[in-house]
Amino acid sequence: MSLLSSIKIMLGAQPERPRCHSSEATAMHEAKRQVKGAERAKEIKAAHASHNSHKWRNIRWATLIFVNMVFVASFAFDVQLVEGSLTASRVIGFHMADLNSAIQVMLAYKTILINLVIGTSTVFFLWWLLGGRTFCSWTCPYHLLAELAEKLHLFLAARRMVVDYPLHRGSRTVLYVVFALLAVISGYTVFESISPTGIVSRALIYGPGLAMIWVLGLLAYEVVFIRRMWCRYICPIGLTYGFVGAVSPVRVKYTLENCLHEGDCRKVCLVPHVLDCTKKTYAEDVSVAIGPDCTRCGLCIDACPTGSLKFEIKGLNKLL
Amino acid sequence: MSEKTPPAAGPAAANAKTRRQVMRSLTMGAAIIGASLFGFFPVLRKWTPRLRPPGAIAEQDFLAACIKCGQCVQVCPVRAIKLGDLDEGFGVGVPYIPAREQACDFSCDAVQCVLACPTGALAHAVSKKEEVRMGLARLDRPNACLARKGEGWKGAARPAPFKGLHRYAHIDRWKPVKLADYPYELELCDLCVRECPVPNAITLEPLSADPADKRRTPVVHQACTGCGMCEMICPTEPASIVIDIRRQWGDA
Repeated sequence: MSLLSSIKIMLGAQPERPRCHSSEATAMHEAKRQVKGAERAKEIKAAHASHNSHKWRNIRWATLIFVNMVFVASFAFDVQLVEGSLTASRVIGFHMADLNSAIQVMLAYKTILINLVIGTSTVFFLWWLLGGRTFCSWTCPYHLLAELAEKLHLFLAARRMVVDYPLHRGSRTVLYVVFALLAVISGYTVFESISPTGIVSRALIYGPGLAMIWVLGLLAYEVVFIRRMWCRYICPIGLTYGFVGAVSPVRVKYTLENCLHEGDCRKVCLVPHVLDCTKKTYAEDVSVAIGPDCTRCGLCIDACPTGSLKFEIKGLNKLL
Repeated sequence: MSEKTPPAAGPAAANAKTRRQVMRSLTMGAAIIGASLFGFFPVLRKWTPRLRPPGAIAEQDFLAACIKCGQCVQVCPVRAIKLGDLDEGFGVGVPYIPAREQACDFSCDAVQCVLACPTGALAHAVSKKEEVRMGLARLDRPNACLARKGEGWKGAARPAPFKGLHRYAHIDRWKPVKLADYPYELELCDLCVRECPVPNAITLEPLSADPADKRRTPVVHQACTGCGMCEMICPTEPASIVIDIRRQWGDA
């Protein structure tokens, strides 16, 4: 898939079944077609019987908690290792600034601020390297809260007590533009006043306030009505970082060969449209790099019983 | 939505489903934008006027330029700086100084908060305390002022449970102490003048030409930075002297 079409999908377009496949992929799809339904069901059952991994989730949660606790501890014990919060900080003296917050500030204030340019370039490089939306699942404290809310939502949904009402994914793109315009027109950083990332980060470091009511309200809404509403359909931070990591070297790679196409990866994914290639006959080639909206959370890697999804560093094999 | 209709099939049903999804998305988008615009109320109606930290640029620019990171909070040795909450609208996460609870006494000597600010919302043009202009002190309740009544003060200026800190250079250059732990014994209350961190910002002047008259009145001068130290230390309840936020010398 071209970079352009994967960005279109990130902005809200529906992924489509590719029209042409590579010859190896065509052969592999054909071979899979030969396997009978009953036989495949047996294969899937067998694969799942011996598979139960939470490796990447655990590593990721530990990282997320650690990063946020470094902020908290630095202030609480006056270590001065990391000063500030997730919107902007100084890490051992180096400026770091959240890209989206920096954009909001510069749009509202209409001034290029040199420290923010320095801060955002550091952050830009880091997140380009790791893949932009890595910020979301590996650092953002709201993401962790939303993941727990999602667990509750799925628990209740399985008992038919709640139903997910998905929104159109394009709403995030529209809101992105609206918030940018609002910042320019009003001269205030409108989005920052409701951003749960900033609110939770500050609540952890400086103590909670009334603003946490807004965050808890959002979480409650996600539990009852819309699964992962904020992260999927609203948050402009995710889109900003999606662009940053569009061509990142670190990514999740899909290998067609052993895939059973049972779709467990798509069920756990925050952004299942990036895993469209795992549907039967949807992979254009024998291996596919997962698109830019991916947060590199690793849930699909944990879920996959056949090891068809793996983290990959582009060019590392060639380098070695 | 109706329970009676059997599950429809085909493109018509798919269209209806898409239409419902788009409607939902529009409603939700509008709700989120609406929620974000609530921030206008507290700001435009000035529900919570706030004393901003040293070097703060004009209020609207300040709210825009501040990236809400709290680095200024972290460097302040007396923890004078707090961050705004939801009731401040676009001021969520924006720093202010609640002077009566904890004033800025320039314990850090070199406006550390200004140096810490990554966006210049606290303007780097300010490099020493004398250049700071946060507001101006004003004798708000002259009839309550102890000096004007010719009265002294014994004990802590703000007794426990007051938690505010102040740096007394003769006790420890770097470690501020609690006001509640520092007793005074004054013939005539001159706390606002005595503890003012800025030279020549406030003086006590006689109320009458009679040399036997003990009564004095605090007079604020142009050097006042509006740091709020006088407001914090004033032993009357509420404070007799307060800071007029952002007022400059010569303003009406």
